Amino acid sequence: MKKRWISLYVENDVGVLCKVAGLFSGKAYNLETLTVGTTEDPTISRMTIGVESDDVTFEQIKKQLNRCVEVIKVLDFTTNSIHMKELMFIKVMNCSSRDVQELFQIAQIFQISIIDCDTDALILECVQTETKNNDLIKLIRKHYKNIEVVRGGSVAIESLSMTDR
Amino acid sequence: MKQIPGTELLMKALRAEGVDTVFGYPGGMVTDIFEELYNQDDIRVILPRHEQALVHEADGYARSTGKIGVCLVTSGPGATNTVTGIATAYYDSVPLLVLTGQVPSNLIGNDAFQEADIIGITRSICKYGVILKKRQDLGRVLKEAFYIAQTGKPGPVIIDLPKDVMAQLGDSVYPDSVDIRGYKPSTGVHIGQLKKGIDLLKSAKKPLFLIGGGVNISRAGAELTKLVDKTHIPVVTTIMGKGAIDTSHPYYIGNIGMHGTYAGNMAISNCDVLFSIGTRFSDRVTSKISEFAKNAKIVHIDIDSSSISRNIVVDVPIVADAKEAIQAMLRYVKESETTAWMEQIRAWDAEHPLHMKKGNGITPESIIEAINAHKENSIIVTDVGQHQMWTTQYLQMEASTQLLTSGGMGTMGYGLPGAIGAQLANPDKTVFCVTGDGGMQMNIQEMATAVAQELPVIICIFNNHYLGMVRQIQALFYRRHYSSVCTRRRKNCPPRCGGPSSICPDYTPDFIKLADSYGCLGIRVQEESQIQAAIDQALHNKTGPTIIEFVIACDELVYPMVQGGKALSDMILDC
Repeated sequence: MKKRWISLYVENDVGVLCKVAGLFSGKAYNLETLTVGTTEDPTISRMTIGVESDDVTFEQIKKQLNRCVEVIKVLDFTTNSIHMKELMFIKVMNCSSRDVQELFQIAQIFQISIIDCDTDALILECVQTETKNNDLIKLIRKHYKNIEVVRGGSVAIESLSMTDR
Repeated sequence: MKQIPGTELLMKALRAEGVDTVFGYPGGMVTDIFEELYNQDDIRVILPRHEQALVHEADGYARSTGKIGVCLVTSGPGATNTVTGIATAYYDSVPLLVLTGQVPSNLIGNDAFQEADIIGITRSICKYGVILKKRQDLGRVLKEAFYIAQTGKPGPVIIDLPKDVMAQLGDSVYPDSVDIRGYKPSTGVHIGQLKKGIDLLKSAKKPLFLIGGGVNISRAGAELTKLVDKTHIPVVTTIMGKGAIDTSHPYYIGNIGMHGTYAGNMAISNCDVLFSIGTRFSDRVTSKISEFAKNAKIVHIDIDSSSISRNIVVDVPIVADAKEAIQAMLRYVKESETTAWMEQIRAWDAEHPLHMKKGNGITPESIIEAINAHKENSIIVTDVGQHQMWTTQYLQMEASTQLLTSGGMGTMGYGLPGAIGAQLANPDKTVFCVTGDGGMQMNIQEMATAVAQELPVIICIFNNHYLGMVRQIQALFYRRHYSSVCTRRRKNCPPRCGGPSSICPDYTPDFIKLADSYGCLGIRVQEESQIQAAIDQALHNKTGPTIIEFVIACDELVYPMVQGGKALSDMILDC
């Protein structure tokens, strides 16, 4: 079992998201994340899909996606050079003034923006890789009990000249 | 440009696609379309008695001709009733166009009367489904639907037609070409891969062809026969592949799988190169995967790349249409030396041939033998159950014989409507519906359709008073706990019953009286000696269907049988 990434060009039509999501649930594939948005061509949407699977299942997933009439192109990002980021908001509540100070420090170290605050709470905006976001949640949770996390799922695009993923 | 309503453009499209028959059941949301059908003479409309059967009828029409079957039903229950029919067609790759009425656009989502999200419901059981949102898309959507249903691996396509959109005026153009960016069915054959496969065959000592339904769908029987004549390589088939080569061909062994022949399953288990064409290696074919063709290199030709290396990982994958691939193969193959291998296979066959105990009364085998005498220009349509397996085992087929059966979905109730569809499309052929008393009753209302259309379908009901296939499983693996399988059982029967006795209630319905109520011929056969006469009488009855009820013993089981999860070579041969 391995985490893998697929980028999917699909028709920007109602029901297509359902079709793709239904394919994963109907065939018991392990869908971990799915993001979707329109592209520069308003008739085409692009999905970034993260799955956990073995090699044989992954091949089957790609074939099954290709089989859908609504799917225009399937790109396997498992071995490609890509840029991938995920947007995540963390709301930290019940903060003392010391907590707030600490959070500002953490934000500086990890290149996180603080986009909103109140006397005893603030909101962090993290645009990082999925793994980094996971680590951040762990770190924040270690020190602050009362938090709220919203994640957007990863989006990816092929690299131009950067080979580092 | 001339403006016409959507309903009129639909008629134009049907005519342009050469549709001569529409299977239609009217309802509130399709009355405008039925009005168009009323005002024309090119397309006949068949009115079944239930929408599930309607789809099976279009399916029988499509399977027997290779043409697309067209269905038209109303919204809500009309649409939801088609679900089983659509799934049945999808799992056996049958080209269908299913047009469903839909409530007007402004009511969609309001829980309107007879509103159902049929596109959502059928998303996972059709090749493609779409709701028509704009009148201007109608021509393109219809053209695409016909194209998608019939190309590549065929399958059912559903178009949901809101009533208001179909009534709108719009352009009258039906396009003559399609370009779908997400759908490009593969064409041609990769000759390099094909040669790799053929090289394996040449080096093999025990080569074997495994033929699936894909060969029948692409109508490549003649090419396959040439291939076998040229190579002398023995052939086994799946249930769906049966008939791709004459069953009397010297190199034809039989079916493989759960109820395959002993020789067929042994051949699979012992071959050294398995060359498979048009099969998706379903679990009923392979049984225990790790033991399937264990010592063989496997070549797999299929039009659907997702069928390749899904269940069975193969050594040489080839994505191609069966007919094109076999035609290309004919240019490169040579005769193989298979004398010793064939002797071995024949020895297996002699060791355990297909046989039935000749006990009391009629054996299923003897009924199928009587049908075999009329195999020329015949279409045999089965239901699902024991009779289906017996038919696939004992039926003899030549080039002019067709076998239609619900292999993938295993849909009880397919038999009668399937046969009606086949007979409608082939008025000059003899159509036998081989069914059980269970399956017959799942779409028994279609008797009316057969009578109304004056279809001389010969309905052979194998009545053993049980849902026999499940009873067989209970007999073999559940200590004869016959749970809910007795079709004679009544309220006052003992809670647990070990089998029939002299005090069992009468069977209901009385199929002969039933035939009578439909105004058609009904014959009950209880002695083996009466079988031929009954079939002859049915053959002479050309103006309507004949029901022949064969009362058979319930203790006849389907052998050989491979229990789920066991190796194909591990067969139960008798009990």
